[in-house]
Amino acid sequence: MVQTQGLSARIKKAAEANLSPEDTTLVWPHLVYIELIAMVFSTAVLLFLSLISPAPLEEVASADTTPNPTKAPWYFLGLQELLVFFDPWLAGVVLPSLIIVGLMVIPYIDTNPRGKGYYTFTERKFAVTGFSFGLALWYILIVIGVWFRGLDWSWYWPWDDWSHHQPASAVTLIDLEVIIQRAVGFSDAPLIAIGQYGFSAANLITVLLFLGYYGIGFSIPFLLMRSFYKRLGFIRYNITMFLFLSMLGVPLKIALRLLANVKYVLITPWFKI
Amino acid sequence: MNLLRGLCQRVVETQVWKSFFRHGYPNTDGNRALVMFSNVVLHLHPVRVRRGALKLRFSWCLGGLTFFFFILLAITGVFLMFYYVPDTRRAYNDIKDLGTVVYFGDLFRNLHRWAAHAMVLSVWLHMTRVFFTGSYKPPREFNWVVGVILLVVTLLLSWTGYLLPWDQLALWAVTVGSKMAEASPLIGNAGPFGPELGFTVKNDIAFVLLGGTMVGQSTLLRFYVLHCLALPLIAALFMAIHFWRIRKDGFSGPL
Repeated sequence: MVQTQGLSARIKKAAEANLSPEDTTLVWPHLVYIELIAMVFSTAVLLFLSLISPAPLEEVASADTTPNPTKAPWYFLGLQELLVFFDPWLAGVVLPSLIIVGLMVIPYIDTNPRGKGYYTFTERKFAVTGFSFGLALWYILIVIGVWFRGLDWSWYWPWDDWSHHQPASAVTLIDLEVIIQRAVGFSDAPLIAIGQYGFSAANLITVLLFLGYYGIGFSIPFLLMRSFYKRLGFIRYNITMFLFLSMLGVPLKIALRLLANVKYVLITPWFKI
Repeated sequence: MNLLRGLCQRVVETQVWKSFFRHGYPNTDGNRALVMFSNVVLHLHPVRVRRGALKLRFSWCLGGLTFFFFILLAITGVFLMFYYVPDTRRAYNDIKDLGTVVYFGDLFRNLHRWAAHAMVLSVWLHMTRVFFTGSYKPPREFNWVVGVILLVVTLLLSWTGYLLPWDQLALWAVTVGSKMAEASPLIGNAGPFGPELGFTVKNDIAFVLLGGTMVGQSTLLRFYVLHCLALPLIAALFMAIHFWRIRKDGFSGPL
């Protein structure tokens, strides 16, 4: 039985099993020395960076002159870049909160017992793909925010003249409900009214489209990938799918903006998305 | 040579030496185990680890380096605190003095800044590594949650520190953040349902954060206290839990 298993499979199996003394080694000196070398090396790197690239200090803070562009620290520039595509309550508050909550629930929604303690893609394709997707999105947005955004938060290539304003965009952004309104020829008069708020036909269609995105997204794996649903169970499935579809929604909205100049996909009296 | 050896022998047999060190020179397995038990810093480690956990290609030393950067930041930070007063009238000049008046002031400031960048990055990479090795899986779920809390604390530490030089970069970077706080749903004056719940610029979450309606003296003091006292204490508390959990659950590494 054991002989028929591949070497890597046996190693992985042994990692799960109890260890005999031969599998382990003394922390002193083996681990302590690695740590010492890592500390000395990283200190040297930091000292080198400190000497060649000093910390910046601009003019004294003044509420009277607003720098252009105003940039957050680099680790928040991904979120600031999202401000181009989303309102501040989403880009600056709700999406980061979802990222943090989403990260926290990962161990509780990932029920796959395999791939513990070693690098593997084949044994946990969905988890690795989903995480890598989010990670790529995070880093791409940061790179854009740091190196491709200049005056007025316009797009600048490295070879552009960064001291001149880019020409104002000729594109006018348009809400999804207006696009629908024009395409189908609906009137913009309220179709139904709830209290002081009126909702036009096109507006109701965008509500349906928005709910439909989540509705269809929740339904597809539920109907076509029964084993996936059964493995997760009702609660885990819903949390996973909500987080996954919300993450997917971010580049989707970005694509709608870049390809169709859509400003908002959903407008309610209280918030816009 | 014999004289030196004899002298060393006499020293390590004194009551003073023995009260400090409760192990011999760690060149035998017994003493190598004992040194891990009896040294408070080394006691963060177990006595033995799996061979696979030592592989650089497994851990990349990222968690340990993050902790090391934190210590480096604490040391350089204490040095900087000697020369810095969180007063909008002099904070900027205090930072300038670091570069012109204070011996090694610039070096310490630069080191503090680079270590902060390094810490943010190493936290991200450490989490990425932990995800890709599946090291958050049972029984380590809770420690991953503690790790996410430490990520948030790290980002808040960096962000609060960003304001302290009180230059244009600092003021406006924090202003960007406070605009986002104002837009918080339910608790921000410019966010969904915020005004409906009675939040204005004078009582919402951004007002609490800034200590006013705009970034000013109260904000500088708040960020200073958070940066130098509150957040490092919170980070230390959660790091203690983080490390203790690793000791309890062991490394997840392969053989």
